[in-house]
Amino acid sequence: MQNLLVAENVSKKYGDFTALNQLTIEVPKQSIFGVLGPNGAGKTTFIRIVNQITMPDIGKIWLDNEPLQPHHIQYIGYLPEERGLYKSMKVGEQVLYLAQLKGLSKAEAKKRLKFWFERLEIGDWWNKKIQELSKGMAQKIQFIVTVLHRPKLLIFDEPFSGFDPVNANLIRDEILKLRDEGATILFSTHRMESVEELCDYMALIHKSNKLLDGKVSTIKKQFKSNTYEVGIEVGDETVFKNQLQEKFQFEETFFHSIHHDLQLNIKIEEAHTQNDLLQFLMTHGRINHFKEVIPSVNDIFIKTIKSHA
Amino acid sequence: MRNLKLIILREYLARVRNKTFVIMTFLSPIIMVGMIVLVAYLSSLNSDDSKIIAIHDENDTFYEEFSSTDNITYLDYSSLPIEVALDSIEKKDYYGLLFFPKSEDNQYLSNHVEFFANKAPGISFISEIEGKISTVLTNKELQQRGVDVNEINNSKTNVNLQIENFSGEETSKLSNYVKMFFGGAAGYLLMMFIIIYGNMVMRSVIEEKTNRIIEVIISSVKPMQLMIGKILGTSFAGITQFAIWIFFGGILLITVTTVFGIDLQATAPVPTTEMDAGSQEEIQKIILDIVNLPLTKLIFCFLIYFIGGYFLYSSVYAAIGAAVDNETDTQQFMFPIIVPLMLGIYVGFFSVISDPHGVVSTIFSYIPLTSPVVMLMRIPFGVAWWEILLSMAVLVLSIFALVWVASKIYRVGILMYGKKPTYKELYRWMKY
Repeated sequence: MQNLLVAENVSKKYGDFTALNQLTIEVPKQSIFGVLGPNGAGKTTFIRIVNQITMPDIGKIWLDNEPLQPHHIQYIGYLPEERGLYKSMKVGEQVLYLAQLKGLSKAEAKKRLKFWFERLEIGDWWNKKIQELSKGMAQKIQFIVTVLHRPKLLIFDEPFSGFDPVNANLIRDEILKLRDEGATILFSTHRMESVEELCDYMALIHKSNKLLDGKVSTIKKQFKSNTYEVGIEVGDETVFKNQLQEKFQFEETFFHSIHHDLQLNIKIEEAHTQNDLLQFLMTHGRINHFKEVIPSVNDIFIKTIKSHA
Repeated sequence: MRNLKLIILREYLARVRNKTFVIMTFLSPIIMVGMIVLVAYLSSLNSDDSKIIAIHDENDTFYEEFSSTDNITYLDYSSLPIEVALDSIEKKDYYGLLFFPKSEDNQYLSNHVEFFANKAPGISFISEIEGKISTVLTNKELQQRGVDVNEINNSKTNVNLQIENFSGEETSKLSNYVKMFFGGAAGYLLMMFIIIYGNMVMRSVIEEKTNRIIEVIISSVKPMQLMIGKILGTSFAGITQFAIWIFFGGILLITVTTVFGIDLQATAPVPTTEMDAGSQEEIQKIILDIVNLPLTKLIFCFLIYFIGGYFLYSSVYAAIGAAVDNETDTQQFMFPIIVPLMLGIYVGFFSVISDPHGVVSTIFSYIPLTSPVVMLMRIPFGVAWWEILLSMAVLVLSIFALVWVASKIYRVGILMYGKKPTYKELYRWMKY
């Protein structure tokens, strides 16, 4: 698969502080790529480098197989974490101005703007000033500014922070739609759920170093521990536990259940398969619940950071 | 280039459409003209105000020497006892009483004449009265020593030095005032322009920063482009405002003066006091002086120094705006702007006028931060082209240097939030 964005050994220092250290990342075309990391890890620095707001000290960036150049700005749409628009400027004028800065002609920008106003159910806002709009409305406008010039690469820095749930859903759906229409999306976030939900690929940055990257499903497979979550009703719990202990490792756990059952996390060693476990359980009690424990991105995140500490 | 145009246009429209800007554009000329008219009106009142002064002379010899003028009327109160005289003038609300004690000795008198007044008299009034008494006493002393006063008066010669330049053209003695006026006006105008519109640039940078739109913009254009666009857009707005001020203010001034018939000459004291006899001739010379000023040179240099000075300072303003989060934090960085500006004006008004080609004036007309103001004030007095070109070259070079430094600070500063930076940090930003 072709990559839209490639960063190779990118480093950036501010004085004595290293913001990014030898970062290498490959973002495949038409994917949603999540850059994860705690606050201050270097995510925003990386995004600013891609946006050519700051220059890397060393390292190279390619966009669509070309070294990153000033004119690439028009292929990138950027929604920064700190959002804002000119408060006293009218919505229409403002979006046209920002779109023209991205290289669109005025007529083309107008046409597309009308389309987006309909798509996001924005009514007659053209002559309203930003300061007259609610926060949610202003954020819709900001989203339109980001996507109006149909960028190949969309960069969202903490896209859902500040959006109310309704708008957050709306924006999430739009992001997915844009991906399906051919755009590549680079996400930066410290909120793991959104990566879980949306991202195909991810990279984990911690203290300016990349700890981990790859396809989300592959990473999850790497991190799974062959553990199964089991809810079972048995006659004598102590006898059952003793018998289980001879074949499998387990620990008690808790999950919501409508039954009055024994709740366990059971780890399967390489000698066994999950079918062996199921057979064993079937002969000992009534199974209400049987599910593989897939590590959440959050778990992976914490585990990785701990192992590097 | 396309983006630069877009930025300039947006900045221009944003300034021009601003409500405060519109109000100031039309209100300022009204206020200015109103103030000029008020001053003219008040000073015409002032000159009508005549003073009555009583003279109590125990020698009975001085009263005749004091002849009343338009402003001062003298009355003889010598016949009344001094206490009664004082009482009387207080009741009648006269300006004051001049008291000559009994003495034949003029030297004694010179130190013992007293003036009684309710209100402390002004310096010009005191020196006028002193001069008069001095003349009177001197004449009396001369008479006592047997010198004929008329003889002396007749032998006095009044010198009127005719000033010509080397090419033989006669110039007015007021020539220096004319030059001072043109130079001073140019320098002052530049300072006002820098302060008003430099501040506007700064506020607009802070606005973008606090609005947080800055990151969206600089993901589309280079920070340097944005900064230059901002400076240019604001300066065009400034030129528009200045043009309206001059046009609208001019019309207003002409209308008001013709309608109310106020003589604006009354407010210009410099020429009137110095011109008595042959004033027609003097006026012609002044007009000749103005025509003889190196006008093309002046206008050309005015444009260059105006643009150069504005660019120099507004880039500093932009950098300051980028370094801080809100307007109250700008105070600590205002120092490097206000000091050279004030220095330029002071050097201009004190040094250039007394010695336009002296060491101080010359040096300050080369230093880039003061040169626009100081050189503009020097040019009417005649400055060699090579000097002007050298000073301009220094100015242009330092514009490049300062814009570069400012854009470095600007580039980093616009993305920095939270804490107020120190000068040391600003220096570090330049190396990022």
